[in-house]
Amino acid sequence: MSMDTLEHVAFRLPSNVTVSRVALDAEGWRRAADSMQQAGAGLLTLWGSDDRDRDGHFRIHAAYLARQRLWVIDHAMPTGTTVYPSLATLFPVADRLQRAVRDLLGMHADGGDGRPWLRHGGWPESVFPLRRDVDPAQAHAIESSAYPFVRVSGDGVHEIPVGPVHAGTIEPGHFRFSLVGEKVLRLEPRLGYTHKGVAKRFESMRLHDGHRLAARVCGDSTVAFGWAYCSALESMTATVVPPRAVTLRALALELERVANHLGDLGALGNDAGLAFGLTQFSALKERLLRRHAEAFGQRYLFDLVIPGGVSVDPQALALDALAAELASIERDVRELRTLYTDHAGLQDRLQGTGCVGQAQARALGALGLVARACGLEHDLRADMPWPPYDQLTPIVAACADGDVAARVKVRFAEALESLRLCRQWLGDMPTGEVCIELSETGPGQLGIGLIEGWRGPVMVALESGINGGIRRCHVHDPSWQNWLLLEWAVLNNIVADFPLINKSFNLSYSGHDG
Amino acid sequence: MFDILLRIQRTGSLSKTRPHAMKSATPDTLQAKLHKTYGRALCIRHVDAGSCNGCELEIQALGNPYYNLEGTGIHFVASPRHADLLLVTGPVSVNMEEALRRTYDAMPTPKWVIAVGDCAACGGIFGSSYASRGAVDNIIPVDVVVNGCPPSPTALLQAIVEVTASAPRSERA
Repeated sequence: MSMDTLEHVAFRLPSNVTVSRVALDAEGWRRAADSMQQAGAGLLTLWGSDDRDRDGHFRIHAAYLARQRLWVIDHAMPTGTTVYPSLATLFPVADRLQRAVRDLLGMHADGGDGRPWLRHGGWPESVFPLRRDVDPAQAHAIESSAYPFVRVSGDGVHEIPVGPVHAGTIEPGHFRFSLVGEKVLRLEPRLGYTHKGVAKRFESMRLHDGHRLAARVCGDSTVAFGWAYCSALESMTATVVPPRAVTLRALALELERVANHLGDLGALGNDAGLAFGLTQFSALKERLLRRHAEAFGQRYLFDLVIPGGVSVDPQALALDALAAELASIERDVRELRTLYTDHAGLQDRLQGTGCVGQAQARALGALGLVARACGLEHDLRADMPWPPYDQLTPIVAACADGDVAARVKVRFAEALESLRLCRQWLGDMPTGEVCIELSETGPGQLGIGLIEGWRGPVMVALESGINGGIRRCHVHDPSWQNWLLLEWAVLNNIVADFPLINKSFNLSYSGHDG
Repeated sequence: MFDILLRIQRTGSLSKTRPHAMKSATPDTLQAKLHKTYGRALCIRHVDAGSCNGCELEIQALGNPYYNLEGTGIHFVASPRHADLLLVTGPVSVNMEEALRRTYDAMPTPKWVIAVGDCAACGGIFGSSYASRGAVDNIIPVDVVVNGCPPSPTALLQAIVEVTASAPRSERA
């Protein structure tokens, strides 16, 4: 199945970007994966659906991110079977995605890791909660059993278990370090602790309400997930969002990026022993959040993006105050960048720490900010710009070094670039309405939303059900891919540097666990 | 180095400009109140029991120079064994249920629990399901609930100050 053949049989899916869809048999599924890999496209996500009520099949869906297009490949397993060809040998991220699909739907890849991933004993091995014949309210007693971590053996090798509860105010996850002395030989994470049944919950919601759940998949990326959901729904219903709402959404997405980058830049300084950085950047972030509250009525922009537009039409005065604050923050960020760059002690901790090479990053499927810090210059806002990025495209920040210092540099560059975009939009904000009604849509439609959040590409695949309900909704956070890079980045570093390296990635647990 | 010192001098003390709602809770009065109760600083441990990470960001904000939590004699500790107060965020996922119980059990008495955010209060949008036990109160005794999605740092600070005014539920039971 060459790319040319795929082009021929593909049809277009509703989306804010270009998405082509192809349905294939098992052999086609396998060959399409080969072609994608050869063409340099990466596996973005995998999800399953239980369509036995409709046509007797279980289906597996793969989304591949090519340079200027997203491919969705569907494979319906023959009636009565639940096995599909594994993609784990071609795309490392597929392994955990396949394990998650099996835990939730009982569909099996014909290869790869056999251990559970999201199921920690909270429901029995024989129960697949995302199947349509499983009651969403059904709870189970916990039957936990030890998780078989991969053991590293040899002279002087020891293990350090960390988590799920960590020492700071952060999300839960377990890390198993295998070390010799202080040197990390292997890091194996166990995630899924914050799995709260998002996909099943979607199926009891209405299409017009689902954005509220999407916005809470990962709270620090609420605008990105909310926008991705709304894009999927709006493209399905052929809704054209008013220009003022489009600009306000983009403004919110960039403010979210700036707020997160400011928080991370401060925390990175702190983790490297420069508490001054945390004090300064956390104050800048607080100033920004207070302007959010003035302009949008809340510090974090939950539910600002709603189907058809945005929920708040900010006053001109509040937007002027925001613009003035952003100008002031920009001056401060530039000054602090010079301080960070010139601080020999800080740079000594950042440079050469937690390094990932470009080839390795590509092989592991790196996405977003982390990929750009390894020299892979991908950014959906520039590669496949949707409105308003088609009118005002950001300059993609990149740095080929792949270490903590590179991830700091990219954050500085992106924060400043986002501030430039915000300045342009605030200086030329369209007038008019901020939300329009959506038309109804029939059942069985699939729409895709793909947005470059501050971590990287965030995807929502939304399928409509009967009577305005949601039949299936799959969300994907780029942390799935980037956790693999973190595991690679800590190798041969000392374990004491893990907090610093981890912070330089700042991956999502909740977005991953779902 | 000189640049850093200059910048610190120019930034000044930001905690002087606290939000209006906190005027009664100046660092001095807070510190006096806490000292009366504990004879020392109030120690807080946080557990994310399945949150989306929104509430965590606002809890972290308590440490920024505007709210200056440490300056009022309240600080976050790395172990539940050192903590007087547990902040719990998120609906309790089934995968975190055991870790939450263990954290609570590891705390010395008297101990208080604040359920932070709408999810911790009632399960929020996630509710109860095969993967979620809903409200924190379903798993461990809760003294005070702070609603919000996420609650503001000011609301959190007020709850932290007020919760210690009465005996913890764990003692009353």
